[in-house]
Amino acid sequence: MAPRKVVLRFPPQIVDKPLIYHLVKDYGLMINVLKANVNPYKEGFMVVEISGEPHQYEQGLNFLRERGVIIDQLSENIVRNTDKCTHCGACTSACPSGALYVSRPSMEVIFDEEKCVVCGVCLKTCPVKAIEVNFNGHGGRSI
Amino acid sequence: MGVKRTYAEINEKIKSGKVVVVTAEEIIGMVKEKGIEKVAEEVDVVTTGTFGPMCSSGAFFNFGHPKPRIKMHRVWMNGVPAYTGIAAVDAYLGATELPDFDPLNSNYPGEFRYGGGHVIEDLVAGKAIKLEATGYGTDCYPRKKIETYITLNDVNEAYLFNPRNAYQNYNVAVNLSEKIIYTYMGTLKPNLGNAHYCSAGQLSPLMNDPYYRTIGIGTRIFLGGGIGYVVWNGTQHSPCGPRGENGVPLGGAGTLAVIGDLKQMNSQWLRGTSYLGYGSTLTVGVGVPIPILDEDMVRFTSVKDEDIFAPIVDYSNDYPNGTGKTLGSVSYAQLKSGFIEVNGREVPTAPLSSYVKAREIAETLKQWIMKGDFLLGEPVQTLPSADSGVALKGLQEKPAP
Repeated sequence: MAPRKVVLRFPPQIVDKPLIYHLVKDYGLMINVLKANVNPYKEGFMVVEISGEPHQYEQGLNFLRERGVIIDQLSENIVRNTDKCTHCGACTSACPSGALYVSRPSMEVIFDEEKCVVCGVCLKTCPVKAIEVNFNGHGGRSI
Repeated sequence: MGVKRTYAEINEKIKSGKVVVVTAEEIIGMVKEKGIEKVAEEVDVVTTGTFGPMCSSGAFFNFGHPKPRIKMHRVWMNGVPAYTGIAAVDAYLGATELPDFDPLNSNYPGEFRYGGGHVIEDLVAGKAIKLEATGYGTDCYPRKKIETYITLNDVNEAYLFNPRNAYQNYNVAVNLSEKIIYTYMGTLKPNLGNAHYCSAGQLSPLMNDPYYRTIGIGTRIFLGGGIGYVVWNGTQHSPCGPRGENGVPLGGAGTLAVIGDLKQMNSQWLRGTSYLGYGSTLTVGVGVPIPILDEDMVRFTSVKDEDIFAPIVDYSNDYPNGTGKTLGSVSYAQLKSGFIEVNGREVPTAPLSSYVKAREIAETLKQWIMKGDFLLGEPVQTLPSADSGVALKGLQEKPAP
């Protein structure tokens, strides 16, 4: 099974429970934590990439649901931080979908969100780290 | 013969608010419309600008003495080592320096997210940075270790001193190999997948004064959002290569060494920069005012992208191995159009130097001069030019003499 990205939300009452551990131990799933924000007595939030056998994936997710974890499929979107962007243009030849392009003759770099396929190539290409990724609206993160 | 002007006359006009300043972009249209002679009569100063990654950059610091005193033998600024082989609490932080713990290219391609250039940006942005130093202890400097936090305001001196900036023209980088390569010219896709260039072309300082007639030691400039000066030719200054009929070199040529007080600069114009698989550096904003001393200076400053050519170089083999081979030459107008032709193929282009910001620098410098805040500095010495005989040397491997 190809790795799947999901967003896990942990209500305050279960935020201190070692739940991810069970996904690994009991369901043989491989977990890659992409982003996490966990504080005592507050709702916790985690973006994880999960790979493993399909039936174990389903069972693992059911295990989490039974314990009160709220699970959403990940919707990522790429954001350009316009304060940081210098309009250098380095991203434009890396972007495979033409979402980042140079407008002529002004030579400004334009980001067309409609064309973005969220492949993330620009995240590492941008020399000044002006490209960030949002996970389900939970803040910006530049990788 | 036409009009003649001196620096003193131009500076008088700046002081009296009567100076006429245009950017190196604006003068192109003016010359087309009115002709060289008329524009030479009208315009006193042309402003230029460039905003690109300039690796040969860095800053000198004097941190002040703690009690008891220390002779700093090793220094780290936010984990990035600075050079301390100078006096006790002096150091030089280079833009491309990386923290000791950076994985570099061991996890290829490395990301190089934080280096000397980023420390400089953080300091100029007013942030506190961690200063760590060790010493070996002497009778006069007994202390062996210090760990503290500093801001730009806390240090005695902090000045940017960039040994090579504002390259006059540069290569266009392509990749002829079958695998992706990560270079200081950005990420180059296999089989001529893209072409990267790095110059502001018609707005770039040395493109507008190709023989360095007015840009020399003592020229006052826009540097990192503040005021700086040209102090020498830059390293690798190579003025004697081939030039076009307009005098503009057909490849990398002249360079500038520049200096300026970091405390009056702006982090908008000094940006820590990372090139995937290559390293970190500093993107520097430089703008140089060019006095219109006579009609020749109008001719030079009205140069346009169509008439400036750059060599296309393969960065998978020819550049790393120094074969000297090029794949032809293209104008900046072609480069800016988004596509060039290489080996009969249409190749998409992308810049690494921001033309938008270059234009903003030229415009800002124009405003400074018009407001009377910024007088022109007459060079006390000009830089070696096309008749100097200066040639670029390679490094030879020799046995002990």
